[in-house]
Amino acid sequence: MGMTLAEKVWDSHLVRRRDGEPDLIYVDLHLVHEVTSPQAFDGLRLAGRPVRRPDLTVATEDHNVPTENIDQPIADEVSRIQVETLRRNCAEFGVRLYPMGDRDQGIVHVIGPQLGLTQPGMTVVCGDSHTSTHGAFGALALGIGTSEVEHVLATQTLLLRPFRTMSITVTGTLQPGVTAKDIILAVIAKIGTGGGQGYVIEYRGPAVDALSMEARMTVCNMSIEAGARAGMIAPDDTTFSFLKGRQHAPEDWDAAVRYWQTLRTDDDAVFDAEVVLDANELTPFVTWGTNPGQGSTLDATVPDPASFPDAADRASAEQALAYMNLQPGTRLRDIAVDTVFLGSCTNGRIEDLRAAAAVLQGRRVDASVRMLVVPGSMRVKEQAEAEGLNQIFLDAGAEWRSAGCSMCLGMNPDQLAVGERSASTSNRNFEGRQGKGGRTHLVSPLVAAATAVRGTLSAPADLED
Amino acid sequence: MEKFRQHTGQVAPLRRSNVDTDQIIPAVYLKRVTRTGFEDGLFAAWRSQEPDFVLNRPEYAGASILVAGSDFGIGSSREHAVWALLDYGFRVVICPRYGDIFRGNSLKAGLLTVVLDQPVVESLWQYAEDDPAAEVTVDLDARTILAGDLRIAFDLDDYARWRLMEGLDDISVTQRHEHDITAFEAARPQWLPRTA
Repeated sequence: MGMTLAEKVWDSHLVRRRDGEPDLIYVDLHLVHEVTSPQAFDGLRLAGRPVRRPDLTVATEDHNVPTENIDQPIADEVSRIQVETLRRNCAEFGVRLYPMGDRDQGIVHVIGPQLGLTQPGMTVVCGDSHTSTHGAFGALALGIGTSEVEHVLATQTLLLRPFRTMSITVTGTLQPGVTAKDIILAVIAKIGTGGGQGYVIEYRGPAVDALSMEARMTVCNMSIEAGARAGMIAPDDTTFSFLKGRQHAPEDWDAAVRYWQTLRTDDDAVFDAEVVLDANELTPFVTWGTNPGQGSTLDATVPDPASFPDAADRASAEQALAYMNLQPGTRLRDIAVDTVFLGSCTNGRIEDLRAAAAVLQGRRVDASVRMLVVPGSMRVKEQAEAEGLNQIFLDAGAEWRSAGCSMCLGMNPDQLAVGERSASTSNRNFEGRQGKGGRTHLVSPLVAAATAVRGTLSAPADLED
Repeated sequence: MEKFRQHTGQVAPLRRSNVDTDQIIPAVYLKRVTRTGFEDGLFAAWRSQEPDFVLNRPEYAGASILVAGSDFGIGSSREHAVWALLDYGFRVVICPRYGDIFRGNSLKAGLLTVVLDQPVVESLWQYAEDDPAAEVTVDLDARTILAGDLRIAFDLDDYARWRLMEGLDDISVTQRHEHDITAFEAARPQWLPRTA
């Protein structure tokens, strides 16, 4: 029997296998940031252990950094100490760090691919659940906890139990105005926040093949929101052209490409589960609830919790509507927001900024709305400025910031206040995620831009009426 | 890591599903660089805003076993969620299904996470609500839970059980396989990227 892509990558990283024990898997790239690493470095220090492979480890500052006045010390003392701790740890253990102010600083899942460090067939880990992003290159990319961060720093390996495999095939063609974000939000609504639990998902089919690398990263990024350990897409010419010429692209390019071309699921391989979605039927998707599975098409209304057959789903919907202050039957298009956030490891790349800027060009952000545009990395910022996108955002009345995770999780000053409501291109609409008492609707960059203009959840097509 | 063999304590019934790690501990509490002292962040929003929240009720003040609805610990990989539960005094969580990363983190950090079917979870909720002072015993050695007349068997793989019972540190176990790791490294393709 043939093998799936995930199984091939797994097998090629197997250091040790024994019955009754987890597999010992080698890690090709370990990404580190300030929030989930301090206790791991402390553990090494206490045990007198070095970082085994600093040359396969890279760090950046992203989660708690401010996106304004970045040339000044961080005002929040606790955040500043955390960032300074990372700097000290990286210096002590010899880990390459891209600090605030560096041209290559940015969200960890944006800079890995940008530097060409993320490549097909690799194993990539990071103390962050959105590590699944890197699966867009055909890498097996896993989010891990701090105990595992310490384990990887010390041994460059992870103890892992084999996963089950799931294929999600997206047939057909995306219609104009429908994006990768709509694909993944529709997938999560279909299979649920636990639907991918225990699985590595492989996204495939013509609609996936047609996606750019950046769009593929958006899809893989949110695999964790369906509960999956990882999401992957087989590498192809789109992948190879993205990587060619990047700083860390292989010197022996031809040998690498020859290997990468073998990284496909065999025709006779069998997945443990299969899901099919038709891209032709997709329309812009938004969330109404407090987990990423509670979403529907923008044309719909807020659902009635009583319509859910499952008792737990019903209770969850009731609690979500109470938190979101929404009434069943309200048209999603009638929901007014006061904040629009464009950014994050899900949708903070140059293409996302271009898409939103195209909608905002010649238009104004509604007076009732504050729009924050936060590039995923300083390189993305630089590129956007070279293309004049920053001017489009500023002319429309949006704020133009420096790189970081920002309002996706509100660890820095970019937060929603109690009762505020956002349309956000990020990945989680959990209670209080963007600030205590804040309410989040997850959307694509196109919907975010159109919503900023109209002040209520909208698609670009709504601006043409 | 403390060894875990058997634990007896009161149950806090958390009748909610999809409890993500942002609810278990909001991001604002993740800025610390220490490994302990996260109990104040545990369910911070619910504890501060909902007087009826289970952990605000005096009859559940001493609970050390949390029984929750399905998909507990989904979302962010923050191990702080596990530390917050442990620091608050929980030793065991019981639920029908967990977020994968949370589950892995819990078993590495010494918090026993048990999977039981929804109907069993509901009977434990009922048990704890009928008599909040009633105790439950979780026996990892026998992989059994005793709650009054209820005797419930649970599954946990041998390896995870052994590690918990011995309180073992994964790193020292893995370092015994240094030879395998070195051999693997020697065979890695030369074109793979280096960060330095």
